[in-house]
Amino acid sequence: MITLENVTKIYPDGTEAVKDVSFKVSQGELCILLGTSGCGKTTTMKMINRLIPVTGGKIYIDGVEHTEANENELRRNIGYAIQDIGLFPHMTVEQNIETVPSLQGWSEARQRERAEELLQLVGLDSTEFMDKYPNECSGGQRQRVGVARALGANPPILLMDEPFGAIDPITRVTLQDEFLRIQQEIKKTIIFVTHDIYEAIKMGDKIALMNSGCLVQYDTPASLLYRPKNKFVQDFVGDDRALKGLQLIRVEEVITDDAPRAKSDEKVEVAQERMRQEGTDQLPVVNNEGKFLGWVGQADLGAEGIVEDSMQPSTVTARKNTVLNEVLSVMFSNGFKNLPIVDKHNILRGVISFDTIQRALSEAAQEKQSE
Amino acid sequence: MKRYIVLASLLAVLLGVTIWITNMEWIKEGVYKPFTWSDLLSCTRSHLEMVATAELIVIAIGVPLGVLVTRARFRKLGTPIIGGASIGQSIPSLAVIAIMASILGFGFQSAIVALVIYGLLPVLRNSYAGINNIDPSIVEAAKGMGMTGGQIARKMELPLALPVIMTGIRISTVITVGTAELAVLVGGAGLGRITLAGVYSMQPLTILQGAAPTAALAIILGFLLERLEKALTSPGLKIEAEMAQEVKM
Repeated sequence: MITLENVTKIYPDGTEAVKDVSFKVSQGELCILLGTSGCGKTTTMKMINRLIPVTGGKIYIDGVEHTEANENELRRNIGYAIQDIGLFPHMTVEQNIETVPSLQGWSEARQRERAEELLQLVGLDSTEFMDKYPNECSGGQRQRVGVARALGANPPILLMDEPFGAIDPITRVTLQDEFLRIQQEIKKTIIFVTHDIYEAIKMGDKIALMNSGCLVQYDTPASLLYRPKNKFVQDFVGDDRALKGLQLIRVEEVITDDAPRAKSDEKVEVAQERMRQEGTDQLPVVNNEGKFLGWVGQADLGAEGIVEDSMQPSTVTARKNTVLNEVLSVMFSNGFKNLPIVDKHNILRGVISFDTIQRALSEAAQEKQSE
Repeated sequence: MKRYIVLASLLAVLLGVTIWITNMEWIKEGVYKPFTWSDLLSCTRSHLEMVATAELIVIAIGVPLGVLVTRARFRKLGTPIIGGASIGQSIPSLAVIAIMASILGFGFQSAIVALVIYGLLPVLRNSYAGINNIDPSIVEAAKGMGMTGGQIARKMELPLALPVIMTGIRISTVITVGTAELAVLVGGAGLGRITLAGVYSMQPLTILQGAAPTAALAIILGFLLERLEKALTSPGLKIEAEMAQEVKM
């Protein structure tokens, strides 16, 4: 648990970077520090591991004031991930990950084992990556190594400064999803700095919205969206807050299993009959194992033969844990009104449509506002 | 690759000239006694001794001093110290050696002091620049992960700055090999003895007999130090350099 009490930072030149900030992050919670550049979010984070000394106020880590311990000891117990430039270029991926374990004097074998385990956790093949240098890795791979390094000695707390900042949007979404999966497994107490409100809403259990050194609102993402405390929060969230709310809903919350489908080896009459029954003009096509193959529409169906002959093959899919705004964005960019939901083996689990999303969204908005 | 071919052919010419002159018969009929192989070897050895002694002192002073002035507490000293070293190098080498002789008298020690003064700047400046140009976010990450100041210096700053520092040492060594030619003027030894004898006797071939092996020595030492630099540099940094090069091309 991390507690900040009236924390203030005034630089020698008189700049007040952080003014009287107080908040509490519970065990296993992911807290986002959100704000525009220069709002004091990074300064606040760096005060926690004492990279920047506090001018006034107190910071407690698990009830102990953080200035009591030796600063290097403190930092070795707090994982620290920054944008990919923070990897040590002269060290291999393995040596980078082993930084803190080696400072703590772990045995070589244990360090190596830990590095392999962590690479696996962040989705990199350990045999391939252990001996690579950061410059031989892509941007996304470097970010993963950065996360693995922060987790090196299994610290209970992580500080992450825009860890997915310098990266293309598609990879960023993947990394965010994976990080959320990892967090479900490891349950660390995390302070995560970002300026991206979408990232904040998607990742955070709590969001601390900061503006020119002050903490404006500290709340759950839903409350921040639907019950903004003042005009600043409202403006920051933007008029499209309903759309941003899509970040809070995942596919699995809105779809039902056993969506109607057509088998690839079925006769077209059977498929046509099912479309009529379901009142739809399009069905997802699966093979005998239930794997998604493509779509078949009323207009495509010939008079006879099997479904496979008139099918439009497709590979555009979404997963159960995808958030709705990503689903919507995929739909828009491909011109689809339905999207198949598959598992990792490409087995069809359901179908999500525009209507489903619209319904989910209006329900969420009503619910949150009336809370 | 092209560079190596040029250097290798130059080296072959220089060594060829040295061998040709030393093995010549006709000088024996002249006024001056020619320099034999054993003279040449002992001069080369004393030349190398001077260069090695001076260079070790240069490294022992230049690297720590260059690193020291990157530290926050001593940063203010950076400009005067580097500036002072540049003055040492901007005075012509002959003058530096002559001044030292008038202060310290004739002999090995004034030659060494002069060589140190003259060779210090590249090492000092490159040590300073090497450390100073490290991406601050790398140092901050190391600090944020709980490294002490000493650990950051040993595990981060030195290996990262090493290629630049080694380049400084290489440049300084090559300069010192050349400047050591003049040491003979203040009572030092070295290949300068042969060159100077050639000058006095107005024998161009004797001048070459001293100058050609000196140039060859500079090329060989430069090459060896370059190999050493490559061997000591982390492969991770080489990849970075290669990528930067590709971008340029």
